Amino acid sequence: MKLVTERRDISSPLLRFFAPVASIAVALVCAGFLLLATGVNPLEAYREILYESLGSVYGLSETLVKATPLIFAGLGVSLAFRMQIWNIGAEGQIYMGAMGATWVALFSGLTNHWLLMAGMFAAAMICGGVWAGVAGFLRARWEVNEVIVTLLMNYIAILLVDFLVYGPWRDPQGFNFPLTAQFADAARFANYFDTRLHSGFFLALLCALLLYLFMERTIWGYQIRVIGSNPQAARYAGMRTGKTIFAVLFISGAIAGVAGFSEVAGLQYRLSHGISPGYGYTAIIVAWLARRSAVGVIIVSLLMGVLLVGGDSLQMLWQLPIAFIYAFQGLILFCLLAADFFIVYRLKLVRGTRHG
Amino acid sequence: MAELLQIKNIRKTFPGVVALDDVSFSVEAGEIHTLLGENGAGKSTLMNVLTGLYHPDRGELLLDGKQVQFTSPRNSLARGIGMVHQHFMLVPAHTVFDNILLAMDRVPLIYDRKTFQQKIQKIIDEFELDLDLNARVWKLSIGAQQWIELIKLLLRDCRLLILDEPTAVLTPQEADRLFAVLRRLQQQGKSIIFISHKMREVMDISDRVTVLKKGRSIATLERGQFDRETLATLMIGSDQIPQWQKNLQMSDKIVLDIRNLSVRNDRGLADLDDFSLQLKEGEILGIAGVAGNGQKALAEALTGLKPVNRGRILAGEQDLTHSSARASYISGIAHIPEDRKSIGIAPDLNVADNLIMKSFKNPCYRHGIFQNLRAIRGNARDKVSRFAIKTGSDTAPVRYLSGGNIQKVIIARELSERPKVLVALYPTRGLDIGSAEYVHKVITDGAADGMSTILIAEDLDELLKLCDRIAVIFRGRLIGYADPRTTTREEIGLMMSGEKRRIAS
Repeated sequence: MKLVTERRDISSPLLRFFAPVASIAVALVCAGFLLLATGVNPLEAYREILYESLGSVYGLSETLVKATPLIFAGLGVSLAFRMQIWNIGAEGQIYMGAMGATWVALFSGLTNHWLLMAGMFAAAMICGGVWAGVAGFLRARWEVNEVIVTLLMNYIAILLVDFLVYGPWRDPQGFNFPLTAQFADAARFANYFDTRLHSGFFLALLCALLLYLFMERTIWGYQIRVIGSNPQAARYAGMRTGKTIFAVLFISGAIAGVAGFSEVAGLQYRLSHGISPGYGYTAIIVAWLARRSAVGVIIVSLLMGVLLVGGDSLQMLWQLPIAFIYAFQGLILFCLLAADFFIVYRLKLVRGTRHG
Repeated sequence: MAELLQIKNIRKTFPGVVALDDVSFSVEAGEIHTLLGENGAGKSTLMNVLTGLYHPDRGELLLDGKQVQFTSPRNSLARGIGMVHQHFMLVPAHTVFDNILLAMDRVPLIYDRKTFQQKIQKIIDEFELDLDLNARVWKLSIGAQQWIELIKLLLRDCRLLILDEPTAVLTPQEADRLFAVLRRLQQQGKSIIFISHKMREVMDISDRVTVLKKGRSIATLERGQFDRETLATLMIGSDQIPQWQKNLQMSDKIVLDIRNLSVRNDRGLADLDDFSLQLKEGEILGIAGVAGNGQKALAEALTGLKPVNRGRILAGEQDLTHSSARASYISGIAHIPEDRKSIGIAPDLNVADNLIMKSFKNPCYRHGIFQNLRAIRGNARDKVSRFAIKTGSDTAPVRYLSGGNIQKVIIARELSERPKVLVALYPTRGLDIGSAEYVHKVITDGAADGMSTILIAEDLDELLKLCDRIAVIFRGRLIGYADPRTTTREEIGLMMSGEKRRIAS
């Protein structure tokens, strides 16, 4: 007997739906043993996660709040993925977006709410876009690998923001904390339902819709899809791949930059050290699991939000170590990736003797 | 003769597709058994079953009368069944010796280079192959690379050799040498499963022929029972094979003037070297040459895929060398097996999207920046029915289509642009007879409408049948023209190997 893998020709829609569901179930069972080992009843813990993240207005709002930057950054990364461009630099682009928005909020002299919002939005997009655009330019002009460039630009962005918040932009009344001054009310998003839920979430949904229309309905999206599927064929058909690579990375970075805007305008009301706890990196996983579709990005981001909020509550309620939360999230992601494999391949038992 | 391998009622399905329905035939020791069938008849699937890549849903395989199951290529190789694939499995940067060693069984960690070299050299001498063990593979001709693949199998003591269209990449002379080797192997008692579309070869070499059609083995004929017509009829059914008339009434107007074209490859070597060619209106100009003598570079330079280093491409007064107008003036069809996923199509996109790849900016396919989905789908429906493209579902990615149908998608797209010049690079390679005839018809119909075609092909019969003139290319240079009405296969063969020049037109 031997176990072999075989490629499925076309996977059924039913399988596409059930494989991820089943994989999450498997992850829950595995994590259950970990919970048992720490003396926690897994069922209670899972109930707690669901209750805390989805069972109350507050919990639900927190989940949406956590999902918001992931949606933005995930959309940005997935756009580049569509063209087989690997933007690993969403983290840095978030920082740059936050920086641009903060500059407008604190130093532009604007006081009108809508002007401020528009200015912050534009500044965030430009900063994030330029940050990714550098990699796009290098890639289009000299075929420099964009993975390395976007990744290394992250560190520059993070340190640049650190320089600003520890130095020139530090709030004089901030007791030497690495923070800028708080934004005026006009530079803040509206909040809803007495929670931390802010307009950024709805902006993210709008952004997903626009990106979907852009990719599936416009001639630019069409070109991106052709280039992503086969750059040779695209070049043959007269498309300019170089320009498109630059443009796509620019837009990808711009969308990730808006995540930074949304974080400072909706949540923190100031720029600070560590404004993003790794949303840009999580966004890579989000984009991957979402199979590069805009709707998928929203769904996966919400799932991530549940994990983040639920994980926080586990920490508080049972004093579980943060390591457990990471292990739990890791298990779920791992199983989802495995489900991806089973959607494309099947396992088959083959009778027969083994040779060599 | 003893039956080496028996294949009984093999069935293999993929989701939604019956690739093999019911295939039975047997291979005797010391016979050359040809498998004949159109594309999609199931030949590749069957070979994948024999080499252990696929596992049949039903049916039996009997080796020496005993039932067996092949679980992997390694497993079938261990039982003496080996395959020479159409695309060689070689490491181009390594030497011949290293490549062969890589394929050998149980090479000790510290090996004695000399004994192995002698062992390999013995086979080379035995079959009088012209092969230097220390040469790097990428420097060798395609024919020589094929020898390496054969030697790999012989060293593993294969009793059954499967050759998948081995002559597709060879010159007539190289093919003759291959056949001599195959006959000698046969005398040694080896069995050979031979796959080919070229009738001449099939007639020449086969002891028996099994015809596959739509996943079924419909007949096995002994030598003497088959001739071209019988086989062709069996293979494509009762349809008549249409013959196309050569178009001898082309005008003298020159539509494309290629002057001193030079194209360098990635290694800086000249793929095309001072190549000049004049194409007349309505002409079908054939380019004959051994694969790898610059045909691909010519096609790529003309269709704008490769930059031109020197020389000019002129259309009348217009210089197209660096012009973006070239894409609509010159269209291209490339051969399908090799380039299915590399130049012609975007494999992840559906048929409708692939059909508008060159015309997506056309106002009829868009509303401003948005795509006009209704027009795009309408165009797809129109082309699918006009070119008889068999698609699964409308939204299925093109990668799931068969080679012939992908070729039809490409043809439909290229011709909808109404190009003045069509560049066809091995347009029928790997296609079944029905699809190949279809491609021929498209080209000759186009010529009647005044379209000029540069037809790059390896099958001389195809060139002789279709072309008004044949230009022979050797090492990136034009070596001469041949007139299909007066020339012979032998003469073109000699020109292809650079031994004979004849400049005339």
